Amino acid sequence: MKIAVFVKQVPDSAAKLSVDNGAVNWGDAPLVINPWDEYAVEAALQLAEKHNGEVAAISMGGEDAKEALKHALAMGAGSAMLISDAALANADAAAAAKVFAAAVQKLGGVDLAIFGKQAIDSDTGLAPAMTARVLGWPALTMLAAIPALDAGAKTIKVERAIEEGRQVVEGKLPAVLSIVKDYAEPRYPSFMGIRKASKAEIPVWSLADLGISAPESKVRWTEISAPPAREVTSEMVTGANADEIAAKLADLIIAEGVL
Amino acid sequence: MDFQLSEEHLMVQKMVRDFVQKEVKPVIQEWDRKQEMAPFILPRMAELGILGINIPVRYGGQGFDYITLGLVCEELEAGDSPLRVVMSVHMGLNSMALLQWGTEEQKQKFLTPQATGEKYACFGLTEPGAGSDVAGMKATARREGDEYVLNGEKMWISLASKAHHALIVARTNPDADPHDGLSAFIVELDRKGITTGDIHGKLGMRAGSTGYIAMQDVRVPVENRLGEEGEGFKIAMSCLDNGRYTVAAGATGLIRASLDASVKYSHERKAFNKEIGQFQLVQQKIAYMVQQYETSRLLYLKAGWLKNQGVRNTRETSLAKWYATDASFDAASEAIQVHGAYGYSDEYDVERYLRNSKGGVIYEGTSEIHQLMQAGYALGYRKDADLRCELPAYDAEYWQAEG
Ligand SMILES: Cc1cc2nc3c(=O)[nH]c(=O)nc-3n(C[C@H](O)[C@H](O)[C@H](O)COP(=O)(O)OP(=O)(O)OC[C@H]3O[C@@H](n4cnc5c(N)ncnc54)[C@H](O)[C@@H]3O)c2cc1C
Ligand SMILES: Cc1cc2nc3c(=O)[nH]c(=O)nc-3n(C[C@H](O)[C@H](O)[C@H](O)COP(=O)(O)OP(=O)(O)OC[C@H]3O[C@@H](n4cnc5c(N)ncnc54)[C@H](O)[C@@H]3O)c2cc1C
Repeated sequence: MKIAVFVKQVPDSAAKLSVDNGAVNWGDAPLVINPWDEYAVEAALQLAEKHNGEVAAISMGGEDAKEALKHALAMGAGSAMLISDAALANADAAAAAKVFAAAVQKLGGVDLAIFGKQAIDSDTGLAPAMTARVLGWPALTMLAAIPALDAGAKTIKVERAIEEGRQVVEGKLPAVLSIVKDYAEPRYPSFMGIRKASKAEIPVWSLADLGISAPESKVRWTEISAPPAREVTSEMVTGANADEIAAKLADLIIAEGVL
Repeated sequence: MDFQLSEEHLMVQKMVRDFVQKEVKPVIQEWDRKQEMAPFILPRMAELGILGINIPVRYGGQGFDYITLGLVCEELEAGDSPLRVVMSVHMGLNSMALLQWGTEEQKQKFLTPQATGEKYACFGLTEPGAGSDVAGMKATARREGDEYVLNGEKMWISLASKAHHALIVARTNPDADPHDGLSAFIVELDRKGITTGDIHGKLGMRAGSTGYIAMQDVRVPVENRLGEEGEGFKIAMSCLDNGRYTVAAGATGLIRASLDASVKYSHERKAFNKEIGQFQLVQQKIAYMVQQYETSRLLYLKAGWLKNQGVRNTRETSLAKWYATDASFDAASEAIQVHGAYGYSDEYDVERYLRNSKGGVIYEGTSEIHQLMQAGYALGYRKDADLRCELPAYDAEYWQAEG
């Protein structure tokens, strides 16, 4: 079984964001692998271990995106490739999906293309569904579990985490999946994996290598502004005993219209 | 001169930091209060490969260099000092001694299971009546045919009750000069005549294990002797060159933790209508912590670099250990001061940092002993004689080969 897992390099979630001259600035916060993608890599590795498969990690971005790929390699992915092309500078989700689909096709023989739930920088969560659309594959998104997969018969059964609870869906391979936190805690990179990753030469694919021309972006960011700072006031609720405090708290909640 | 850590170093550092953040930090206060070592710590460190980090792959290790060991210790002690103590005794004082002095058979038999983490190791030098004065120890090892018979008590031994193997130093020749009459042994702690236990009521290192090893007519085969008969003192001192390195690196992590906690609190706490970070007297404390962190880090990394090169580093390691542990005690104390009364409570980490930091200025050579050493070197009274077996220089190809 062949699995492609997509990872993105994003600013650390602890970064303090500001908007300077119409552009987002996250200061000197370190770049890390998108936390949601770690779950995707974990799912890919577990599936590969169970079904004797191989995992290829793919990222689209600049040179520094190689770090996210190295993280995936250190976790256990077998190979990694970076898609980098000046023409992709401000690609929107639909353009990126075309690139991802082309990468899946270039790899060839892929049974599963796995994504994290969303990227914590742009936060659209569109890549999995849009890539599935371009490939013409089923999109099985927000997966908390994969109770059954038959690589021979090319069938899969998944549990989606939706607001109402869990939804069980059956589908056919090849498919595009997106993974949520409940799937499994991502493993740390292993020391041997770290050694392998630090020595790995990661191939870089241009759009020409993928055999496509620059996809057009439909979405443009016309203006970026920081949300107004919120004024927070805090109040300690005190009382003689727990009942009294609870009663006061309930009154406050009702008065504030929180409930 | 190259101050750049390699990609490998940075990835290991991050991996160990994540482990400490995710698995240790959330529960450490609770175990510190219970005065017990969390049972998951050793198996988890073994499983992750930390217990063999800088041992060659052919002996079951992970094949990283000595600088990596330092970085790992810094990360571990930024979480809790007893985590780093594990590396000091299991790796610095025991496994690295096997790498340095052990025969091929001893490496296969003892080092390999220690590096894979199947067995834990400790170091028994100190006795109830002798600490700094190593040559004043009372424990004996009497040769009888192909065996030695060990008697005596080792005290204040980290992991005494958890380890499978101990490096024990005992007197083999009562008539020789005290420095020449000692020998070193690897003793399996399940041998007949051994009892071990923990010491409670310690000031710090409460989520760690410190105990005793009592030996009554313990029979150990000659093959378990490390080095030659009479080489025990030299071996013990060479062990300390490696143990002290881990302590120095760990203390650096403790300073970083004190600094980080102080910076965070200085932004959060308001007094006189300002965040307290705005006060110059608080800023001075932060500035000293930065100075202490950076200085300690440079000193231990230099010692690690010397180890990688295969250059004798007793002097540099002693300086790093002395400076970093004194500085960590100071930084932890000032971190409490920054936290005011909250720092005085175990709701915050900083009071634990202070209690733990006091251990560092006592074990592996008290600060006074290091002062004597440094003055001795400077005055020309002290010189390091060559050893029969030096710690091997780091050779990536050899370390990483499957063997
Ligand atoms: C938490 C913890 C863990 C430990 N783990 C281990 C372990 O795993 N293995 C092990 O073998 N030991 C271990 N030890 C013991 C430690 O190494 C000794 O405590 C240390 O060497 C000091 O010895 P001592 O306690 O006997 O003090 P002493 O040697 O009795 O010293 C008492 C005081 O006298 C001073 N002093 C002594 N000699 C001189 C001198 N010549 N000049 C000036 N001042 C001097 C000392 O600096 C100190 O201030 C541990 C100790 C602690 C606290
Ligand atoms: C064991 C114990 C018993 C106590 N008993 C009593 C008691 O019986 N009654 C009582 O009323 N209180 C008591 N206290 C509280 C004690 O008086 C306060 O902790 C103390 O006044 C410091 O205040 P704080 O803890 O709020 O620290 P903060 O005032 O928040 O100070 C935090 C840090 O900021 C520094 N800082 C604050 N302002 C400035 C400034 N302008 N310039 C420079 N640095 C500044 C402080 O020096 C400190 O390092 C007790 C505290 C303890 C630990």
